[in-house]
Amino acid sequence: MQEFRFDLCTLPPEAEALRKEVRAFLADELKDMPAVTRAQTWMGFDAEFSRKVGEKGWIGLTWPKKYGGHERSAFERYVVLEEMLAAGAPVGAHWIADRQSGPLLLNFGTEEQRQMLLPEIAKGTCFFCIGMSEPDSGSDLAATRTRAEKVEGGYKVNGTKLWTSNAHKAHYMIALFRTHFDPDNKHAGLTQFLVDLKTPGITIRPITDLAGNAHFNEVVFEDAFVPDNMLVGSEGSGWGQVTAELAYERSGPERYLSSYLLLQEMVGELKARGDSSADAEIGRLIAELVTLRQMSLSVAGMLEAGENPALEASVVKDLGAIYEQGLPVKAHELLGGEPRLAGGSDYEEVLGYLAQVAPSFSLRGGTREILRGIIARGLGLR
Amino acid sequence: MNELQTILSDTANRLLAGRITRKVLEAAEAGEWQAGLWQALEENGLPRVLVPESDGGAGGGWAEASIVLKAAGRHAAPVPLGETILAGWLLAKAGIGMPDGPVTLVGAGAMIEKGKISGKAPGVPYARHASHAVILHAKPDAQSTKIALVALKDAAIEEDVNLARQPRDTVVFSGEEAAESGEIPGLVDVKLWGALLRACEMSGALSSLLEQTVQYAGERKQFGKPIGKFQAIQQQLAVLSTHVAAANVAAAHACAAADKYSEKGSARFEIAVAKIRADEAANLATGIAHQVHGAIGFTYEHSLHFATRRLWSWRAEFGSGRDWAKELGHAAIERGGAALWPFVTAR
Ligand SMILES: Cc1cc2nc3c(=O)[nH]c(=O)nc-3n(C[C@H](O)[C@H](O)[C@H](O)COP(=O)(O)OP(=O)(O)OC[C@H]3O[C@@H](n4cnc5c(N)ncnc54)[C@H](O)[C@@H]3O)c2cc1C
Repeated sequence: MQEFRFDLCTLPPEAEALRKEVRAFLADELKDMPAVTRAQTWMGFDAEFSRKVGEKGWIGLTWPKKYGGHERSAFERYVVLEEMLAAGAPVGAHWIADRQSGPLLLNFGTEEQRQMLLPEIAKGTCFFCIGMSEPDSGSDLAATRTRAEKVEGGYKVNGTKLWTSNAHKAHYMIALFRTHFDPDNKHAGLTQFLVDLKTPGITIRPITDLAGNAHFNEVVFEDAFVPDNMLVGSEGSGWGQVTAELAYERSGPERYLSSYLLLQEMVGELKARGDSSADAEIGRLIAELVTLRQMSLSVAGMLEAGENPALEASVVKDLGAIYEQGLPVKAHELLGGEPRLAGGSDYEEVLGYLAQVAPSFSLRGGTREILRGIIARGLGLR
Repeated sequence: MNELQTILSDTANRLLAGRITRKVLEAAEAGEWQAGLWQALEENGLPRVLVPESDGGAGGGWAEASIVLKAAGRHAAPVPLGETILAGWLLAKAGIGMPDGPVTLVGAGAMIEKGKISGKAPGVPYARHASHAVILHAKPDAQSTKIALVALKDAAIEEDVNLARQPRDTVVFSGEEAAESGEIPGLVDVKLWGALLRACEMSGALSSLLEQTVQYAGERKQFGKPIGKFQAIQQQLAVLSTHVAAANVAAAHACAAADKYSEKGSARFEIAVAKIRADEAANLATGIAHQVHGAIGFTYEHSLHFATRRLWSWRAEFGSGRDWAKELGHAAIERGGAALWPFVTAR
């Protein structure tokens, strides 16, 4: 049996120096933003804010300078991310490109693709979405059906992507299409493409979630043409590439900090009430926060060292989702009070928002059951 | 791991795995002192891992000690190895040399007045087998801590045990003369550092629980296949493994903090986190491990209980998760919501 490796990681002084800068910037930028808006963190989309973050040089932090990056360490990047999340900054517009689409292009993209897109991403002016899921392909990603058929000069695409976050506001999609069908090997024949969302033949329809927000979409392709130079990596290598991409998607601090603002509000509310009945539960929640942070930092350290922490990232995401999802329940049990959509205290409104979105935390980015399947494989059970 | 750490890990695990047979564990539970095991540990210098090299120790820090403690937990070592390691560290802080033989720790209950010890101290690990005890007693100014080393051979001891049948005796002192005494700067208490010992030992016991359970799931067949092939079992084992990983990270983090802050004695926060996390992992992990093992794991014949009974006692010793969580939570609420994140990231 293989033991998971979580080597401890100490943040270098330059990362701590950067933390101060980020904190000062956010204190200024977010000073008038209501708590319930900040509670959206990486679901919050604000193009103007992303442009300012790009101006600061905090997007594409680790990328080569020749592509508009800043050649700083994964630890500095980590500090920027965690500060943004803890403060509730609306990072959604640039988040996906910074986290996974940019690194994907660095790994597998052509020189032309990199030069065209990475500098724009780093400026905080070019936004991405992820086209993996489909109506009949959720957890079973290799069941992808959307076809990219070879034609003169490119590919003709037909099919539907579903749940695509921010497709209605993004410039590009990194999409997984089927270029070849082999009934005996569904993992073969998948290919990743860069899709300009202004392409004729693409219809984007926002889907309203249970809380009334429209952030994910149905994206329908009808004879949409994608030119040859927009293929990412090599034809048929999509499965391997997407697996590498998912390691980035699952490894960050957003996988345990989505409800952080609620914990902060709970602590504030208990102090205001002079209530010490929840001391022990709050202490446990803080202990878990600290532990998850160390685990998450450890994964960042492995990424910095060029290792593949896919297994460890799944461990953090599973524990992190339990934590994020548990916070609204704990708040309800420990503090009571009615969750409110508007017109309540900060605590009531943040609770109202998070109680509704919490179910998604163990679905998006790979469900709890799928992650545990990956972990079980790591334990040698499958 | 650096060179010292690799040597310690190899030595401790090889020695403990080789010596701690089922017979040894059963004999220890029946009350027999494991003199051979202890002698082997001393010959390899393991009880002195935190003693400076100049005093004949290994000169390690908590990162090194945790390797030995984890191994002790993993192999259910039925001797006060952790207590003696901690005693050596405390004595070195006061410039007091370490005696031979196992040394135990006395927390609440005993007082040091003019070099004489008095009071009744419950729950003293292995007191009946220990040659000496280290006693800590905060000075009234709360700026420093009195420390005394006292021989136990003539002390009045009322024998008791925890769930794992490890000796947890009551020692009644009536003016015994300290063999040595001194002072340590700052407030140092047995409960805090004992909690670090148990958090490390628990992380080792949890790892062994995971290993045993994964192995069993691969061997036990029902419905024509190993039970580990059933998804319901796989998901349970995955959950078990995430909590074992979390407890290990929290313990390692506390040891790193202890090395970083030991002068100021302010690793209290991280040690509390580690004990809370180990406690929570133990609650979950012992349940899953027993469920997967079925009835055989519920027998004395099977070895699973050597780990699970330890975990059930250790999670409560030197402050339960709840005790420590109350302290953490209270302080955090006092500081207020806005101070929480800066506090967490400054650690
Ligand atoms: C808020 C949100 C944002 C999203 N954004 C995006 C996005 O931007 N791009 C994108 O591509 N996708 C996105 N998704 C989709 C997400 O990746 C999928 O929801 C997820 O992969 C699960 O697929 P599904 O919803 O079809 O559920 P299903 O796969 O149908 O699963 C339903 C249930 O069955 C369980 N299950 C399925 N297979 C197994 C199995 N083998 N063993 C045990 N249990 C199993 C699942 O764990 C789950 O509990 C988003 C989802 C949400 C909720």
